[in-house]
Order: sequence, then structure tokens, then C-alpha cells
Amino acid sequence: MIKVTIDDIEIEVEEGTTILNAARMIGGDVVPPAMCYYSALPGTGGKCRTCLVEVAAGSTKDPRPMPKLMVSCSTQVMDGMIVKNKTSERVIENRAGVVEFLLANHPLDCPVCDQAGECDLQNLGFENGKEATRYEEERRTFEPIDIGDHIKLNMNRCILCYRCVHVANQLTDQRVHGALHRGDHTEISTYIEKAIDNDFSGNMIDVCPVGALTDRTARFKSRVWFLNPMNATCECTKCSGKAVVWMFGKEVYKVTTRQDKYGEVEQVDGKPQWLCDECRFDKKDVSKWTIEGARHIDRHSVISQGHYEKPNPLDNKPKNIK
Amino acid sequence: MGRKLLLEHVDVPGIETYDVYRNHGGYKSVEKALKTMSPQEVVEEVQKSALKGRGGAGFPTGMKWSFLAKPEGVPRYLVCNADESEPGTFKDRYLMEKLPHLMVEGMITSSYALGANTSYIYIRGEYMFVLEILEKAIAEAYAKGWLGKNILGSGYDLDLYVAPGGGAYICGEETALLESLEGKRGNPRMKPPFPAIKGLYGCPTVVNNVESLCTVVPIINIGADEYLKIGTEKSSGTKLISACGNLVRPGVYEIEMGITVEEFIYGDEWCRGIANGKKIKALIPGGSSVPILPAHLITKTAAGETRYMSYESLSDGGFASGSMLGSGGFIVFDEDQCIVRNTWNFARFYSHESCGQCSPCREGTAWMEKVLHRLETGKGNMRDIDLLADINKKIEGNTICPLGDAAAWPVAAAIRHFREEFEWHVTHPEEAVKRNYGLLKTPEITL
Amino acid sequence: MISTLETQAKRPPFSAEKMEEVQGIIKQFPEGRHKSALLRILHIAEEEFGGWLSPETMDYVAGILNIKPIEVYEVATFYTMFNLEPTGKFVFEVCRTGPCMLVGSDDIIEYIKTKLGISKVGETSADGMFTLKTAECLGACGYGPMLQCGKQYHEHLTPEKVDALMDEYRAKYTSTNSQN
Repeated sequence: MIKVTIDDIEIEVEEGTTILNAARMIGGDVVPPAMCYYSALPGTGGKCRTCLVEVAAGSTKDPRPMPKLMVSCSTQVMDGMIVKNKTSERVIENRAGVVEFLLANHPLDCPVCDQAGECDLQNLGFENGKEATRYEEERRTFEPIDIGDHIKLNMNRCILCYRCVHVANQLTDQRVHGALHRGDHTEISTYIEKAIDNDFSGNMIDVCPVGALTDRTARFKSRVWFLNPMNATCECTKCSGKAVVWMFGKEVYKVTTRQDKYGEVEQVDGKPQWLCDECRFDKKDVSKWTIEGARHIDRHSVISQGHYEKPNPLDNKPKNIK
Repeated sequence: MGRKLLLEHVDVPGIETYDVYRNHGGYKSVEKALKTMSPQEVVEEVQKSALKGRGGAGFPTGMKWSFLAKPEGVPRYLVCNADESEPGTFKDRYLMEKLPHLMVEGMITSSYALGANTSYIYIRGEYMFVLEILEKAIAEAYAKGWLGKNILGSGYDLDLYVAPGGGAYICGEETALLESLEGKRGNPRMKPPFPAIKGLYGCPTVVNNVESLCTVVPIINIGADEYLKIGTEKSSGTKLISACGNLVRPGVYEIEMGITVEEFIYGDEWCRGIANGKKIKALIPGGSSVPILPAHLITKTAAGETRYMSYESLSDGGFASGSMLGSGGFIVFDEDQCIVRNTWNFARFYSHESCGQCSPCREGTAWMEKVLHRLETGKGNMRDIDLLADINKKIEGNTICPLGDAAAWPVAAAIRHFREEFEWHVTHPEEAVKRNYGLLKTPEITL
Repeated sequence: MISTLETQAKRPPFSAEKMEEVQGIIKQFPEGRHKSALLRILHIAEEEFGGWLSPETMDYVAGILNIKPIEVYEVATFYTMFNLEPTGKFVFEVCRTGPCMLVGSDDIIEYIKTKLGISKVGETSADGMFTLKTAECLGACGYGPMLQCGKQYHEHLTPEKVDALMDEYRAKYTSTNSQN
């Protein structure tokens, strides 16, 4: 075990742990935001630069500070390393810069975006951004497209985290979409019109930190904060069958994976509990699910403001709630 | 005349063919290395020579070689970075086009030193005509026994191939180059791990610039001690400078490190002064990404000392009043050139060449391009100038690879030295559109 | 006009002779690393199949290398040399980066536009012969203004030289086509 100090809090972690994961072990404000890193998808990280931190001392052996800000998701801690996140002016200033970059070409169409309320970019902007943009140029635009019957791709909102590409690579056997072109013209696309239709492709929607990939079967049905998220299970041969069903009255509006407070799919014994497309898109009848109870959604979400977790949340309680 | 180590025989007719090259001392470094030296001795000789990487960053070649991991049973690779695309730089093309066998010889001697049995020259796709010249030379070298199995009976085997890129400046960054060589998009990798540990196909790899590898040939031939006598204390040997812009005689020159900048620009042996009898306005001495120098800081440093063509003298004064030798892409601006237009041009270049992986570079370079375009076309305002400086700060150091810095530096330097000219574009929008330059007067240059 | 050129274009597969060349390139890389040959094969495919990479051509190349078509699209769209749409018979790519601009590349671009009767870069002359494109630094900074056409560099350009070049390429096209 090695010692690392993050924002004056010391913690012992195993060798090979990244700064970000060490910070997550501490929790709270010490945790840098991460828009592209996703622990269940090896190979992600390093791209969005929101998790930049200052390394004030490299290690006990070599206590020199690192001259550049480091990406905490991909930098491993060393024994005696001192890291500054919220306590560093430089970090706060540069992270605000990254937020500005990520929002520069973002359409800010939150009022009509299905992701609003559970959007990592909204939260990032709220917590780390500045109140106004200095970007006066024309924004780049793409036409939203349907990639198959289930998924809508709105490239305007994409921040190019590449998580969905990793999902397709790691969870499915035939990746048909990827990153095309380059620079600020880079887009996630299939190039020629193709449906993304695969047993696990729906997980792309869950890993997408913004509203670039949304569930067509739930599109425009309700704002997320009017829904009641319930832990539910079903018998499934393809996937874990462990899901969150988002209910409005007795109706299931959408089905997602169970996510932790960092928006990442829950893992059981190191195995991410991905959902298959059948459970996600086709089981919209509450009788197909066993409801376990209300799903706790973390502090920073407007969803938790719905007070659905309070006693007797549903007057019209579905029959099979135990 | 300065001493020539690389271009000594460049004007000999037929030097691109094996026989002529061999008759002029070609492949002697291979003979010397394979017959009389151990690989480690070759590495040590290059280390001793203090050769700095000629691609731009100036990292000591020998030190890079010494970092190469050598795990049992894992192949090691030497990859030549012939993706020359830094604006102002065209020396590697010249070397490979004119002296393909020198490139091949450098690859053999260096591969032997590193224990690589397969080596690649990754060349930018636009240089397809040079690729064909190199492949012809490689075929000749195979036929004469300098490549293949058991070279010169030494037991050392080497296969050498050339692989083209497809049009992407970013592939000059060594990890992007390796991605491209693996048939992928040229997205730079996160470091660590460095290529010396995990490079091509996950194996230990050294990536070196064309000129660096060619320079290994004379270093082995004359020995590091002799090589160290050439140049200055901190900049050993000779360097190819590709001179361009508004010069009487642009071209590729081999200089001994340490000649004066003034001599290089105005000397008869070199560029012969500014074209069309005009005055010099600015200089970018080491490729488009290094800071621009205004007229009064070209031949003299801020302290009034003579400026020399060497790593240390060109960087004298840091970014405040100095620049860098970089890749040796020497770009000269005459008095009629517009710094704003040129800065916009380079910003457009970097935005066009950004791979788009990380947000500060992807968004920041494109943003700077748009702001500079507005300024250049008379649609800017004063706060844009400070905005540019701030975007710069938000990019610099925050990106995966050095392209972000390379895009930020020239903008920062142009504003630092030519702020009035940016302001002139704001205060004279109509003239800014009509005319290709900003300042009406040029600072006097004293010779 | 472009559509006629398109129909003239050869389509996959490679001739036996080209296939042999392609297989030779694949062998330059270690077992299992055949994807390394992708860029060079795309260059060859573009030259063979009408000067551009159609989805059909890219899928064909994916088949040769046994990789997913999206892997080819990702690469082909990343690198600027590959044409993703049909072009004229000859593509003039004029370098427009700093050092070339200093010595007049903007004027050459304007001149070619006028000469071809096109309104913007990227368009093809009405006879389908020439497409004008611009390129970022092609490594000929000391010899500008310059343009690349196919594998050929043409340097120290002047309007007169551009005229001569166009005549030369037209003649080349006429002679190769009358031979066939």
C-alpha cells in the first residue's frame, strides 16, 4: 500500500491506482469530474481533460512538483504524492477552460434534450464552469440521425468521449460506428447508413455523458425528474437482468442499467451489470419486472428532488411491488 | 566553407545510385559497426557525440537509444520518422530524395545498434515519389548484401521497409506515427508508457528523425571525438537548415552549428539576403511552431549579443525575446508581410491538423483560427486579442500531445511582438481587408 | 460530368498483378499485424478504382485485410489525401500554408480558379478534367508556390507555368485515352 494526499486528505491505496480512483475512495469534493473515463471500459480516459489535477509533489523519492497539470484518470499515484484538486487555483482556472471548450460548440439545447436533468455536462458546467461564454463564432452543426430503431444520435451534443465506441468494441461483436474525420470536424458516425443493432448496443446510451445518444423508445415521453426510478430485476438469459425502470404511474417509460454516483454501471464481483437490448427496449410492461424498491439517485441530481424515495411514493403502486 | 558531413557528395551525379554512393565512401559506417563494434559501442558513440534529435524537440538521440527496453524474446523496432510536415521544414525530403542510400545506411547502422531486426521508414503519404526512390535504394542494398540475412557475415539480420502515411501532420508525433503505422487513425497515445517500453505492436521501439539517423553515419565514420569538434559546445555537429520565405536563395543548407544568423541570412554561401531588395521584418527560425522573432531580435539577442545558429543562442532570452532552433525550418518575412495574416494561416494549419481527440486542442485550435480570421478580415475587436492570449493559456500544457503547444506558441509570440499590428487590424478594418499587411513602418535593422 | 467519370471508373476487385503487389505489402508486417498495410493499400485502391474511395472500394479493402469496414472508414476519413468523393481526372492540390503564402500561393489559387472557371476550391472544371484543392504544408517551402498532382510535385509556379501544366495534363489524358 502507498500513501497519497489529495486536497490535504491522506489515503492509503494499492500500487497502480490512478489519482482519480484514489480520490473516489476519499469521495466528496476531492473527486475530479470525469467525462470520458469509464472504469468498466478499459482504454477510456485521457481525452476530455476535465479531470486535470495539480501534482504538487511527485513522490517521497522525488518530491518535485510536476510542471503540467496531470490527467487524474490516467496518472498512477506514487508513494508520498501530493495532489491538489479543489485546493488548486490553477486546476479551477484550467478546468473552467475545459468546460468552456466543451461547451463552445455545444448547442445548449437542454430544454429539448432528453438527457437534461441527468446530464454530466450540465453538472460539469454548473459546478466548474463560468457564468458566461466568450465564444461568439458560429457553431458546427450536424443533422440528428436514427441509428437503428432504438437509438438517436445527435452529434451536436457529443463531446467525443469515445465511450460508445469502446462499448461497441468491447460488448458487441460487430462495431459499425466509430470516430470519423478529425479535428473539430470529428464525428461519431456509421459513415454509410447503418443500423446499430446488437444485443448490447443499448448500453451506449447509458455510457454517453451527454444527450448525444438517446433512447428512441423513451424519446420526449417525460422529463427525467418526473419519473420514479425503481430497482427492478427480470429473468434474462443474455444479461444480468438488473435494471432501473423509470416509471410514471404504472407505466415503464424507460429502462437503464444501474449506475453509481459517478454515472458508471454498477459492478458485481468486478463484473459490470450491462443490460441487453431486449430488457432495455422491449420490456416496457411492468409485469415483466420484479420491482425491488426505489432507486437512490445521488445528491447532484435534480431527480432526487422528486422525493420519490419518501414513504409511500406511489399512490397507484404497481401490484407486484413487494 | 563550413564542413559538410551529410551533403558532402550531394551534387555528385548519380549519387542516388548504389555504385556511385559506394564509391564515395558509402556503407563504411555499416562495415565499421558490424565488423569492429558491438551494438552497445555504437550506442555509446552516438551518446558521446551529443547528437540532439533533428526532428524539432532536440532530445539527445543517444539518450533515447539508451532508454530502449530489452526484454528477452520480444522484438525491438527502429522506426524512422519521415513524416516531415512542420511548415518551413523540407530538409528530410531533400536528404531522402538526393541521398537515399545515406538514409538506408543510417537505418542499418542504427538498427544494429538497437538490436532491431525489422525497421520501418514511415514517410508522409505526399512524399510517395520519395518512397519510390527509397524502395529502389533498399532493393539495391538487398541485392548487394547490406540488408537481409547475415549482413557482412556478422550474423546480424535486418529487413527494412517503407510505409506511407495518408496526409496528417500529427503523425510526426511519435506515438501518432506508431498508431498510423499500425493502420489506424493518427491519434497520439497517452504517455507513459513511452515507445521505448511499449511502442510499435506493444514492443520496445525507437522513433528517430531522418536527419538524426543519417547523422549517425558520419558519427560512426569519423568518431564522436572528431564530431564533437564541429559546432559549438552545446550544439555539436552540423545541422540542415531549410530556408524559405522571402529570401534571395531559399533552399536546404548544411551549416556548422554556431555560424551567425546574420551570416546565414545575408552571406553569399547561404541565403544571400532578402528578396527584391526589401528589408527583413521577422523570422521564424525553427519551423512554424516556434516563436516568431521581430527584426530587432534576429541578428542580436535582447542583451545585444550576436545571435548564432545553435540550439542555445536561438533560444537565448526564452520565449520573451528568443525562439528555438526546432526542426531548422527557417522562415523569413519581408517588410510587406502581414503578421496577423500569417498567424491566422498557421492557426488554420494547426486546427486543420488537430486529431480531435482531446478537447483543448480540438476546440481551442479551431476557436483561435476563427478569431484570427475575424481579426485578419477586419471583423475583430480589441478584446479578441486578449481572448486569443487566454485561449492560448488554456491549451498550453493541457493536451495529450505537443500539438496544442505548437499551435499556442506562435499565436502567443505574434501577439507578444506584434501587438500593434493586431490592434491596427481592429482600428483599420477597411484597410485590413484591402491590404495584406498591418504596420506601415518596419523596425529598422542594423547590420 | 463527374457522373460520367464515375461510371468510367474501374471497380473492385484488383487485377491479379495488383493483388500480388498488395499481398507483398501485407507481408512487410509481422503475422497478425496485417492492418499496418491499410494506408498503402488505400493509396493503391484509390489509384486503381477511379481516383476516389467509394464505400464499395473501402469494404473491399476491409475484406482483403479481414477487418471491419468501419475501421477502414475511420482511417480513410482521418487522412486528408484520400478522396471520399469522385474528382476530376487530375487533382491540383495547391499548398496554402505560411511559407507558400509568403511567396504568393493565394494568387496561384485565384489564378487556377479563374482558369478552370470554378467559384471555389474543391470544385471541378466543367470538362471534368481538373479538380482544385488546397493542401496544408507539402514540404516544398523553399520552392513555392507549388502544387501536387498525383505523385508529382510542381514547384516555383507562375501563371504561365500553370497554363503549361494544364496543357501538359490535357495532352497526357488525350494520348492515354487514344491508345486505349
